[in-house]
Order: sequence, then C-alpha cells, then structure tokens
Amino acid sequence: MSHTIKLKKGFDINLSGKAEKKLAECDQPKTFALKPTDFVGIQRPKVLVSEGDTVKAGTPLLFCKMLEDVKYCSPVSGEIIEIKRGEKRKLLEIIILADEKIVSEEYKKFSISDIQKTEKQEIVDLMLKSGVWPNIIQRPYGVVANPEETPKSIFVSTFDTNPLAADISFTLKGDENSFQAGINVLTKLTSGKVNVGINSNAGQVSMFSAIKNAEINTISGKHPAGNVGVHIHHIDPVAKGDLVWTVSAYGVVQIGKLFLEGKYDATKIIALAGSEVKTPQYYKTFTGACINKFIDNNVSEQEVRFISGNVLTGEKIKSDGYLGFYHDQVTVIPEGNQSEFLGWILPTINKLSFHKAFGLLSFLNSKEKEYVIDTNLKGEHRAFVQTGMFEKVTPMDILPTYLIKAILAEDYDEMEGLGIYEMIEEDIALCEFVDVSKNNLQKILRDGLTLIKNS
Amino acid sequence: MKFIKDIFDKNKPLFEKGGKLEKLMPLFITFETLFFVPDHVTPGKGAQIRDAVDLKRMMMTVIIAMLPCLIFGIWNVGYQHALATGETMSLMQQIGIGLVVVLPIVIVSYAAGLTVEFIFGIKKGHALNEGFLVSGMLIPLVLPPTIPLWQVAIATVFAVLIGKEVFGGTGMNIFNVALTARAFLYFAYPSQISGTVWTYLGDKTPIDGYTGSTSLAIANEASVNKAGAVVDALAHSNTVLSADFFSFSNLFFGFIPGSIGETSTLMVLIGAAILILTGVGSWKIIVSVFGGAYLTALLFNIIGANEFMLMPAHYHLVIGGLAFGAVFMATDPVTASQTEKGKWIYGLLIGVLTILIRVFNPAYPEGIMLAILLMNVFAPLIDFYVVKGNKQRRIQRATV
Repeated sequence: MSHTIKLKKGFDINLSGKAEKKLAECDQPKTFALKPTDFVGIQRPKVLVSEGDTVKAGTPLLFCKMLEDVKYCSPVSGEIIEIKRGEKRKLLEIIILADEKIVSEEYKKFSISDIQKTEKQEIVDLMLKSGVWPNIIQRPYGVVANPEETPKSIFVSTFDTNPLAADISFTLKGDENSFQAGINVLTKLTSGKVNVGINSNAGQVSMFSAIKNAEINTISGKHPAGNVGVHIHHIDPVAKGDLVWTVSAYGVVQIGKLFLEGKYDATKIIALAGSEVKTPQYYKTFTGACINKFIDNNVSEQEVRFISGNVLTGEKIKSDGYLGFYHDQVTVIPEGNQSEFLGWILPTINKLSFHKAFGLLSFLNSKEKEYVIDTNLKGEHRAFVQTGMFEKVTPMDILPTYLIKAILAEDYDEMEGLGIYEMIEEDIALCEFVDVSKNNLQKILRDGLTLIKNS
Repeated sequence: MKFIKDIFDKNKPLFEKGGKLEKLMPLFITFETLFFVPDHVTPGKGAQIRDAVDLKRMMMTVIIAMLPCLIFGIWNVGYQHALATGETMSLMQQIGIGLVVVLPIVIVSYAAGLTVEFIFGIKKGHALNEGFLVSGMLIPLVLPPTIPLWQVAIATVFAVLIGKEVFGGTGMNIFNVALTARAFLYFAYPSQISGTVWTYLGDKTPIDGYTGSTSLAIANEASVNKAGAVVDALAHSNTVLSADFFSFSNLFFGFIPGSIGETSTLMVLIGAAILILTGVGSWKIIVSVFGGAYLTALLFNIIGANEFMLMPAHYHLVIGGLAFGAVFMATDPVTASQTEKGKWIYGLLIGVLTILIRVFNPAYPEGIMLAILLMNVFAPLIDFYVVKGNKQRRIQRATV
C-alpha cells in the first residue's frame, strides 16, 4: 500500500544563488579523487593500487577489511598520481589524473527483463566488484551496507529539499530507464518492498511516478521532507535489530546503468550554487571531481567557503578540493570570520531565523525571499537550553533534545529507547541550524551512533 | 564601532594565555561579546550555516517583556506612596520616588548576582551565561519596595550560589533562581516580606485609617475571621483612599500595594503577549496556569466551605502574583517541563496548587511561589513519563 504523507513540521532555508537549470560548457577537471573519509563505515581501508598505476573507470582502488567484498572503484580512467595520507598515515585521498577519453571496465549486459530472472548472488557479486555497492547505505548507523545481510525494505528518495539542492528531475533527466533497471535490481536484494518517495509539493509532477515494481509514496512538506530518514520513520520505521537500506536516486540510476550498459558509469551532473557563485548552474562531470575548473573566475572576490554538498550536512573543502562520493552539489557561501557590532540585539529582517525572538524579523518576509548566509556561528557555545524548537523542525515522533542528552550521558538504553537507530546526521541537521546554544549536534549524534555500533 | 573594536583588540593580549590578567579572560570575553558577535565560524563538517538567534537575544527578549512591569512598578511605588501619605504629587514626582526606591534594588540584585556568576565563570573558565540577566531583573520585581538592600544582596547570592551554581550553573538548576531568592527571604526574614511592607512610606507616616495590606492578605484575613464575604472585605478596606480601592478594575490595572512588578495584571499580560509572539515563552504553560487556577477557583465556588472559596473565580487571576508567576516564572525553560505534553500538566498543576495554598493555608497568603517551586521539583518526573510514552510507542510500533 503506498502512502501519502503530509508533513507539517520543518523549515525551508531559502538561500540565494540557485543553480540555473542549464548545463555549463566547461572543460573536465584534470584530476579526480576517491576519498575513503566519505564512507562513514570504513575503518581499515586497504589500498589496491600504487602511485603510477594506470586504471580504468571501475577498477577497484581500495576496500575495507571489515567488508572485504565491497570494492571502491575509480570514477575515471587514468593514472594514480598521488595517494594522500594524513596524521598517523590515515588514508585521505587517492588522486587520479584522468585520461582524455574515459575507458571503462566491461561487464555482462542485461536487459530490464533479464534482471528479474537472474540469481540474487550473481547480481550482488557484480555490484560488489564493479563499484556501485557503496551507493547502498544501511540504517541504522548510515554506513555502507553489508552484502551478506537482507534488509526488511529499501528506500529511495527522489527529491532533495536541502538548501540549494540539485534538482534531481534535471540531473537525472533521461535516465528513467536506468532508474527502472536499478529498482528491479534492488527488489532482488530485500525481503520486503522497495519504497520510492516522490515529492507532491504544489506544482510538482515527478518523473518517477510511473516507476514499476516499487511502492510509490508521496510526501509533501517543508525540508526535511526529502530526507529518506523521514520517509522510513513514517512508512517502515527502524526498531532495534531492524535493517533498512537506502539508496540515492543517483545511486539507483548508476546501478541500473551497470546492468544495462555493463559498466561502472560515474558520470554525474552536479549543481554549482550559492550566493558567491557568479553564474550558478549545472555541470556534467564524474564522481570525485576536482572543483577548481568550475569555480575559476566564477566566484566573488571576498573570502568564501567551498562546500562539497549542501550547507546543512556538507563538508568544507579547499578551492582545489574534491567532490564527495555522495555529493551532487558544490555550494559557495561567504566565510563569516568577522565580528559584528551589536549583532546579537539589533533588529534585522535580512538574517534568516526560525525563531522570532526580539528583533529577528525574517518571518515577516515573503517565502520567496532569498537569503545570503555566511558561516559565522552567530553566537557562542552555551549550555543546553530547552527551547522546544528542535521538536518543531523534526517531522518525526522523536524527541531530539532527550536523544542528544542521552548520547552526552552515554546512556545506551535511553539512546535506543529514544530512537537513535532511526537517525543519522542529516536528520538532525536542521536542529543544529536552529540551536540557540550552537552545539554541534551532528557530531554528537555520530559519536552516539559509534558508541552503540561498537558496543 | 572601529574604535571600540580597537580598544578590545589592543587590550586582548593582557588577557590571553601568558598575559598579566589571563585569569580574567572570561570577564573580558563577556564584555567583548556584549559589543561584538565574535568571529567564530562553523566547523568544517556539519551545518555550515546557523540561525541568527543566540542565547543573548533570547534572554534580552524576556527582559524586554518585563519592562512594562518594571516601568509600571516604578510609577506605582511613587503613586502608592502619595496615596498613603496623603501628599499631592505630580506624575513626575511619583516616578521620581519610584526610581529612588526601585533602582537601588535592581542595581544591588544585578551586582550581587553577577559577582557570583563572574567568580564561577573565572573559576570554570567560561564566559558569563546570559541566564542571570533575566533572574537579576526578576528578583527586584517580586520583592516589596521596602526591602532592605542588604537582604536583596544576601538573597541574590544565596539564589545564584545554592539555587544554581552548585547544580552546575545555567541550564542545570532545578529551582527557578528568582523564586529561590524570594523563598529565601520569605523564610529567613519573614517580617520584611509580609504584613504592611508593600507601600514605601519613607520617613512619612500614613494617613489615618490607611492599611498597607495586600488584597491577598485582606481576603485571607476575612476568610479566617469569618468576617463575611471576601469581596465585601476588599470593598471596605482602605475606604479612606477611595470608595472601592480594591475594585476588580484597580486590581487588574494594578493601582494597589504589592511587590514592585507584580501588581498590574495588564502589564503582565503585555509581557505575556511579547513572550508568546516571539515564541520565547511557552503559551501552553501560561494558558494552563491561568486555566488551572480559574477552574479550581470555580470548583471551590461550588463547594464554598469558607469565605475565600466563595470569592469569585476571576478575582484569583488578578490578585497577588499569580499572573506574574504564570508568565515570567513558570515559563523558565530550564526549570519547567520540557516536553510539550508535560507543559500542559506542569502549568495546570501550578494553577491548581496556587489556589489550594491560597484558600486553605492561612500561613502563606501567596500560593504561586510555593506552587511553582514545588512543580519545579516535579517537572522532571512529568517529563519522565511523557518521554516514557514516546519510548513505549516505539516499542509497540516494532511489535505490531
């Protein structure tokens, strides 16, 4: 039975610098990278290549000793020019100098109807060695799924409500066939259903609504309506001992292409967005692209921050840094490293706030108003003060304040009882944004998940 | 702005590690951040942007909400003084007297409290928490204008030290800080906070037939002495000033003796409107305290075992400190219930208890203070069961 979910809680952060739906003409970046740090679960990465080796797109570069069968593969063909390590020889990046013409590892091709008839093991083996498997994330913990387990259901969200998010109906346009093939593959992996969440906000007709072999659930509301964690919570929640897998819409297409075209296709359309980008638009490139080509002469003069991903859950990178494995957008916003005279009390309508405390008048603006927000913390760290706001931006039957307190107290029973298995960082990102006390809630949540996982 | 920034930047090395005044860094930061929101940026991972709100602004909102009560209170001190002494005074003269009486109390409260906060801040190495800015203003508003300043100081130090810091500072306290101060005075120095202390007379003597009792005390007395209806007792009191000194409208507008800031229900309601519109105070708590009190009073009207029980229910909402407590004390986010369902129960019980104490306990004419302090203790218990309900739903969902 498909679900229709109308969410009342949440908050849309409307930033200026939305990407125009247009593919930019731009040379491909010279280098690409695979960053083991993008994969939360990787504990003991083992590199399979060395500097100077040449690889094809889809050649395995590393695996994790905890899940040896899952191979992490090169997005492009070329030469390994650097294996970057940090403190204690922690593996940071494997950098590939890309060929002019990308050559891929070749695998057997399937037709859409073939997939249904193929044995599960054959499907899993192909996914593991080709490099598409890391698209599959498991809940709880938000780590790469273990291929030996079977989830009770699989969830795919086909829309992203994060600030300045890439429009999936644009980035995956024309990939409907691959998406369907990907869904068919996923149905072989679960004992339950594949759930596809589509957006039913006003005026939206999803290109995915005609997908077969899956439950189509329509979800409407403010951010985080697009977060797959919210869909899971309302449709098939994760209790202790449960296992649910999630795949991004891009991941489903990539899996589909592997079967239809017989190759690991890491081409990706990404959005370059943010108030400091001169012409925000879309770029066609590959996973792990170096961002320098896109931002050259395209960013304002002031000090800015480059973010791989969106402003709520992304990661700060350098101007010659690399796009994260799961990211399909680069956001550029002003760095807020300057103090502001009486900024804590002067009335303003230009600073976005979920709150309406004295002088915070942004709620008077029209919903269409776009804001420029810098990276300033806008206050100092303080003790937890309960304002009831976390609950107002979390459209789940979860008490974030109590969960965070349980994590800080390292109380395992409380963490479990209060639903830590249902949450990963992105589900608490809005709480972090609205927090009066400026705590780093995503980090606290991850610490809690690590505690539980290792217990 | 530049020159203020320069002053801070120039003196900063003194307070930094290795500087002469290294230990006073928290003090320095407190003042610097009063002028400037610091240049701190978000960490490289996680939310890269943050909401414009911070604790300073939240607390300032509460202080702004209290200003109508403070300003009215200052005038009313002068006005009551003029009434009691029979002098004719202009509005400005009344305000002048009010300022002379009230400002020192406010200053002493802030000075005493902030000193304790700073000592703990320096000891623990953190900047001042903004919470006391609110408590420091609440304390004077719940005290009589005649309170000796040294008692204000002692009570504030006690409240901050025993009521808050020993529990771990802002956010950790169990009892509302301002009410702790008032309760301390109530039990340590009862003669200065009960009886006829509510009108500032200075060195003047009151006119003949004047009584400085509060409406609550008169109602209580009438009930204990079985001297007829409470409303009649109120009507026949202070007739030397006006025919119906304790009329409902006077009680509502607050032209009566009482604690500095809590006599005017109207001003409290203006504050409530500010708190509710800004979302800083919980409307659920405010509404449920009033609701709980009114319904209990109605029930007592029906039972009617003593005269106080027979007092019209709406009188309860305007006499004493019920309105002030409901709006400014019960809503303290740290000591109140923190779950949304819990807030209804918490507020309702405060309302019920207040009326119970007023009507049945002749020793404590004001019920709201003890009701809130008692419910402060029960708030975590209420939350415990609400949170347990959440956990239970999760378990049931899994077994279906």
